[in-house]
Amino acid sequence: MDLFEHQAKEIFAEYGVPVPQGRIAYTPAEARAAAEAFAAAGQPRVVIKAQVKAGGRGKAGGVRLASGPDEAEAVASQILGMDIKGHTVHKVLVEEASDIAQEYYLSFLVDRSGRTFLSICSVQGGMEIEEVAHVSPEAVARVPIDPLAGVDLAKATEIVTAGSLPAEAIPGAAALAERLWAVFTGKDAILVEVNPMILTTDGQVRALDGKVTLDDNAAFRQDLAQYADPEAADPIEARAKEKHLNYVKLEGQVGIIGNGAGLVMSTLDVVAYAGEEFGGVRPANFLDIGGGASAEVMANGLEIVLSDPSVRSVLVNVFGGITSCDAVANGIVSAIGMLEGRGEQVRHPIVVRLDGNNAAEGRRILDAAEIPVVEQVGTMDDAARRAAELAAAATTGA
Amino acid sequence: MAIFLTSESRIIVQGITGSEGRKHGTRMLAAGSKVVGGTNPRKAGQTIELGGTALPVFGTVADAMEATGADVSVVFVPETGTKAAVIEAVDAKIPLVIVITEGVPVHDSAEFWAYASAQGNQTRIVGPNCPGIASPGKSNAGIIPADITSEGRIGLVSKSGTLTYQMMYELGDIGFSTAVGIGGDPIIGTTHIDCLQAFQDDPETDAIVMIGEIGGDAEERAAAYIERHITKPVVAYVAGFTAPEGKTMGHAGAIISGSAGTAQAKKEALEKVGVRVGRTPSGAARLVREVMQGR
Repeated sequence: MDLFEHQAKEIFAEYGVPVPQGRIAYTPAEARAAAEAFAAAGQPRVVIKAQVKAGGRGKAGGVRLASGPDEAEAVASQILGMDIKGHTVHKVLVEEASDIAQEYYLSFLVDRSGRTFLSICSVQGGMEIEEVAHVSPEAVARVPIDPLAGVDLAKATEIVTAGSLPAEAIPGAAALAERLWAVFTGKDAILVEVNPMILTTDGQVRALDGKVTLDDNAAFRQDLAQYADPEAADPIEARAKEKHLNYVKLEGQVGIIGNGAGLVMSTLDVVAYAGEEFGGVRPANFLDIGGGASAEVMANGLEIVLSDPSVRSVLVNVFGGITSCDAVANGIVSAIGMLEGRGEQVRHPIVVRLDGNNAAEGRRILDAAEIPVVEQVGTMDDAARRAAELAAAATTGA
Repeated sequence: MAIFLTSESRIIVQGITGSEGRKHGTRMLAAGSKVVGGTNPRKAGQTIELGGTALPVFGTVADAMEATGADVSVVFVPETGTKAAVIEAVDAKIPLVIVITEGVPVHDSAEFWAYASAQGNQTRIVGPNCPGIASPGKSNAGIIPADITSEGRIGLVSKSGTLTYQMMYELGDIGFSTAVGIGGDPIIGTTHIDCLQAFQDDPETDAIVMIGEIGGDAEERAAAYIERHITKPVVAYVAGFTAPEGKTMGHAGAIISGSAGTAQAKKEALEKVGVRVGRTPSGAARLVREVMQGR
């Protein structure tokens, strides 16, 4: 789960990572009030920062300086409602302006190849670290972190020294890094990034920006719900989540239901390949109903997939491994029964491919049920092709 | 001989009294695996009956090993206790621990891996969030269905459970020496590379199938390894060509970030070192068939 900058900075402040003073504003009037409060405290210059979970805010005009409350209000009214890379700006962070002497980069993240954690630090901050690494790789230090030893002040000093930070920034940057590690472990983060970490003209080191990604798997010991972002969530994804379904909305016409993340991902690919022959029909979603595939889960899955108005056909692709296919077939039959019982007539064609354990019995059950919208196809490739073909036919027909 | 397991592997189940532990303990026994007991610290000394076989429940992995000679542990302990369960198994120096549990926080996986490394990696860790290891006709440790395939000479390593099953089923007539599900989490114990080398060294494996998916660079690193160390034919499949950037596709590790982790990059890296990459799972199965028939 990605956090907004202001949420990241609230966590930073809680853990003792120095950040500029800031207030969140949802309206231009609130932005003005925030700027007035800073002005009253002798800090009239503020920065108005669009709060969206996307990079490149500055280039898009989403980060601007204001000299006082009037300008803050005007700037906020321009930034609020802006679209930045498909994200609508619903709130801005009004922050005291910092006097920047230098900009650095610092992060902690998961190092998949090393099966451990990594700190990245560079004296060149304020731009994309990938770009810095590309242009001047010698300026980017990658320091592995032993998860058991963690990061104390000595390790933190090693990190910022490896990043070639100047002597005057070392003590402040090391202290910041030690606290940032506390955020990383304390919040079960998989990424904490400060870009830029700045040295102010009066010698302070601060986090001028903050990016935090939390581990969804840690929900049992972290309060992740407080960071939920209902405004941004796709409404179908939100309803799927309520039903504990692993659903991702995509842009396409063929609804996909399968079991197992890898098989469903693969199904999306095979449908997209087949769709190339039918005018560019594409998968409408990712939905993994997991190993069990009970009738109720299947019914909920079908309901969610069919509630997507762009869906023209559905492909159910199940491999019976632990579950046998007769149970899955019964699940599909009762799922359609349950939907029709709720008054939701199923109109779109449903292509079903069952394979694996007890597949013959599963196919017999589906045949015997004689559901008009259900069509069985023997292999995954052929089923994908048929589902794409039906979606294309329905799209042109409509 | 297959890899990691033998017909003599003696398996315990950590979390044997839970619903998953009971269910899959029973299935492993039915598949002919030598399941010799399990652990639950609160039920030590009790006996649990799985499919007609009475098995002892021990308080710790060390106790279970001492009493039964177990050399493999399969972990079904819920995610809240997975880290402690793995560390316990490592402390007991069991040679192989297979972590089936899904939803383990990455900080916990990083810590138990670091712990195992600090002890000199005397315990091989497979997983977490994996289906386990199946050596048809010999032993089955985990949740891979035993009856979808047969014994043969293909080795398989995969990030994905159901794609593993699909491939084992499609090539059931040729059969497998061992299939290893390594899991799709960002931090895992045993990697593609570990399995590739083990298959290379296994006289009972003739060809290797590798199933990958988006996220990370494990496939790219495997490709580099294959170029230098693997002489047996390798066929690969990669899932997630159509996955959009920034959206997690089911597995915690299956996410494309920026230009990193795309299926296309993985496919190209593998093809560059002579690995044949199937466009679909069935396409990959056909390539394996060609390789095996060409022998």
